[in-house]
Amino acid sequence: MIPRVPFRPAPGHRTLMGRGLLMFLIMTLILGTILPLGASSSPDVSSRNGQDNHNHSHRSQDHEGKHHDNKSRKAFPVLEFDYQHVRIPFEIALWVLLASLMKLGFHLIPRLSSIVPESCLLIVVGLLVGGLIKLVGESPPVLDSKVFFLYLLPPIILDAGYFLPIRPFSENLGTILMFAVVGTLWNSFFIGGLLYAVCQIEGANLLRVDLLSCLLFGAIISAVDPVAVLAVFEEIHINELLHILVFGESLLNDAVTVVLYHLFEEFAGVGTVSVVDVFLGILSFLVVSMGGVLVGAIYGFLSALTSRFTSHQRVIEPLFVFMYSYMAYLSAEIFHLSGIMALIACGAVMRPYVEANISHKSHTTIKYFLKMWSSVSETLIFIFLGVSTVAGPHQWNWTFVVMTVILCLVARVLGVVGLTYVINKFRIVKLTTKDQFIIAYGGLRGAIAFSLVFLLDKDHFPDKHMFLTAIITIIFFTVFVQGMTIRPLVDLLAVKKKQETKRSINEEIHTQFLDHLLTGIEDICGHYGHHHWKDKLNRFNKKYIKKCLIAGERSKEPQLIAFYHKMEMKQAIELVESGSGAKLPSAMPSTISLQNIQPKKPADRALPQLSKGREEEIRKILRNNLQRTRQRLQSYNRHTLVADPYEDGWKEILLKKKKIELEKKISQMNNYLTVPAPPSDSPTMARARLASDPQAWRVKPDTDNVPTIKVDLASPQSPESVNVVDEFGKRGGQPQREPEGEDGGLTMKVPSSSGKAPTKADSDDPREQQRLMRCLSDPGPAPDEEEDDDEPFLP
Amino acid sequence: MGSTASTLSKIPDVETLMQETGFTPAHMVRLYDRFKALDKERKGHLCPQDFGAIKELAENPIGDRIVGAFFSQGQETLDFHSFVRILAHFRPVDKDRPRDPNVPEPINSRSNKLKFAFQLYDQDKDGKISRAELLQIIWQVLRAMLEMQVTEEQLESIADRTIQEADLDRDEAISFDEFRKSLEKVNIDHKMSIRFLR
Repeated sequence: MIPRVPFRPAPGHRTLMGRGLLMFLIMTLILGTILPLGASSSPDVSSRNGQDNHNHSHRSQDHEGKHHDNKSRKAFPVLEFDYQHVRIPFEIALWVLLASLMKLGFHLIPRLSSIVPESCLLIVVGLLVGGLIKLVGESPPVLDSKVFFLYLLPPIILDAGYFLPIRPFSENLGTILMFAVVGTLWNSFFIGGLLYAVCQIEGANLLRVDLLSCLLFGAIISAVDPVAVLAVFEEIHINELLHILVFGESLLNDAVTVVLYHLFEEFAGVGTVSVVDVFLGILSFLVVSMGGVLVGAIYGFLSALTSRFTSHQRVIEPLFVFMYSYMAYLSAEIFHLSGIMALIACGAVMRPYVEANISHKSHTTIKYFLKMWSSVSETLIFIFLGVSTVAGPHQWNWTFVVMTVILCLVARVLGVVGLTYVINKFRIVKLTTKDQFIIAYGGLRGAIAFSLVFLLDKDHFPDKHMFLTAIITIIFFTVFVQGMTIRPLVDLLAVKKKQETKRSINEEIHTQFLDHLLTGIEDICGHYGHHHWKDKLNRFNKKYIKKCLIAGERSKEPQLIAFYHKMEMKQAIELVESGSGAKLPSAMPSTISLQNIQPKKPADRALPQLSKGREEEIRKILRNNLQRTRQRLQSYNRHTLVADPYEDGWKEILLKKKKIELEKKISQMNNYLTVPAPPSDSPTMARARLASDPQAWRVKPDTDNVPTIKVDLASPQSPESVNVVDEFGKRGGQPQREPEGEDGGLTMKVPSSSGKAPTKADSDDPREQQRLMRCLSDPGPAPDEEEDDDEPFLP
Repeated sequence: MGSTASTLSKIPDVETLMQETGFTPAHMVRLYDRFKALDKERKGHLCPQDFGAIKELAENPIGDRIVGAFFSQGQETLDFHSFVRILAHFRPVDKDRPRDPNVPEPINSRSNKLKFAFQLYDQDKDGKISRAELLQIIWQVLRAMLEMQVTEEQLESIADRTIQEADLDRDEAISFDEFRKSLEKVNIDHKMSIRFLR
């Protein structure tokens, strides 16, 4: 059992021990993977024989009656080895476990994970495992296309679709569609055509590859892969616009790929494509894409409608979300529509309504499950890519492969440049050369292309193996070369990175105001532009759809209020916890001043009392706020999860607010205590903090400093990394930063003395507080605390 | 092209107007047609009632403010020049504009856009957004959500918090600089531009 202390990089021997332990686990697992596969062949025979004997003896016993009981009676087996009947689940579980341990392992070596993107490491691991399996003499498993498309791909796409940032996506939809549709078409024909021309060259020994095969190959390989893009782009924190452009393109080009693939595959047998077929192909494209979106939207609505009625059965709410989405994908696949687009549409459509309806815990569950599944899927995909490389029959042809690589790059660059030239005529915020470069460079290929080639029929496509080899080479090239170099290039070119925005309420109000302003101006100009339609859609949404899909009166909550509630409630909780000694400045509602709430425990100092009336007011406000805050704010990030105030970010907020309070009081009170220094990081504290923190933050190694977590609740982006700042250094009682820096957005600090449950921390005395924290750092029964959703916090 | 030229000739002072605002002739023609379409009684100028006739504007929660911005200083008529000048604020920003300190900033520069927006907030034109004005804004913006379940108390808290966040010099009101600072992360060029007015 792994000790409770997680693998926090601690100084000295702990790191080594931790790493050693992990390495040991990994080795065990790898061996464990090999052995069963090896074992499956040999005891296979013996166990089957054993079973046959058993059956045989049973039958003969039955036939011959009782006197056989004594004859062929074996000793009762105390311990048996029967691997066969758990074989498949066992192997699957083993692979998943291996994948997850790999993920853990990479982050123990910080240098490595900052240079090499995770996807590369995983492929290398796959190569190693595949090699090992081959050494043992077994044939390594290949990435089965069915497994890939039906089980591995949907979680990733659903995760992407559910958390898709709708606003930047819809604003850039035209650009994205241009890249996805026109760009992919251009790529396929360019690559396919030129490859055919190359194949015609005498010396290459490729004459047998006909035009249609080349075109099909071009179609498969030209599609940018969402899995690879996600895996690489997540780590480079590029600005939102570029991220959504490349990512959106990778999602939407699925329709084009599907159509082209089926088109060329159909006619590869026949050998020619007529004009009618081309026309039908175009029609098919429209059907595939629109149909996919429609199917997704229908299931999305169904899911939203179902979630309206789940108020009494909260536990199965996440199940509905997952099942409906999966059904959308499968239904689309039945008709050969674009499953990816269906999944994206389903997730995007159902999200606002479902989130308004479901309980907070379900929301957390959905978030966690999606991230978990997509993470595991992605890891498995990359590992299997590596293993399949070792496994698959290869046919290497220098000309073909090299030309493919070159043509891919050239086609991508030309396509992006050409399209941007056209697109920039229609955009307000134009794409610069740097943007174009990143878009071109970010066109990674991945496992979808591989699986598609794998599905090809060998009879129609005798060159399947050559295609496979070429595709694997391309995938390796893009993932390794482009994936590894994109990060330094981004830094070199000083491409704008993702802003760590703390969405303040100012921005919220002003943005909405400006939206209305622009809508008005558009109406004055008589111009039906972007804002006009968005406004119309919003009105329609609020008038009809929300009424029917969202339960009860929650349909009426404006976003601004929800946002504000969230902030205020958090502040209220913290202030109640910290218990200030003075009347608060205008931060709090003007009608209420959260003065010190009288603690239950006797304090060492006499504290000002709250009148009963005030206390009641406070409770009422808190209760109302807690019940009303329903709308969740956008979070879009694959690997990290944005904290919710209900979750364990309390303690951070709590202490942050305490800091603010103390700082405020500096200016107001004379006899003020200095800002307390944190106690040293005792194991209890550490355990409480980390044990209660379910989020997989990648905490940069720094033990006795205070990590500062900048979390943004409202903006589409959220910071991934945890910035470590030594806040409590020598600065004593001075304000740690300017008051305006701490906006309504959340900058939470996690000092090492964090308690868990909302407590009646009462005094200003730092020692007292820490003592209280320490007492309460033991988590205690979890449900108690979690149930406070709908109950007042104050006793 | 012929109709463009002839329409252009109908507009008085069109050359200076184009230079001042940066609109192209095609834009000017379009705006002129729109101006005439709004001016139903063919008066040659617009009055607030003409704006009121635009249906969507009536539904807009800040519609009256927008109309008020067109009619500055209590005037009752709006001629084409002023119409175009105001709309010029929403032209997309020219990225390649040379930063010549002598030439005044064009109407559609970022800070002029912000000034325009600020004027919409600041109804009494004292250069600051006071708490009362902010309250009104928030109320109107919320009213757009087709729902009135907001209590006075909540409104006031929101207003308080907004001011607290933005107010740097602690004068309980938001000046233009504070306004600009609070929006520095928002891409104003994008948010306050209409593609049509390219």
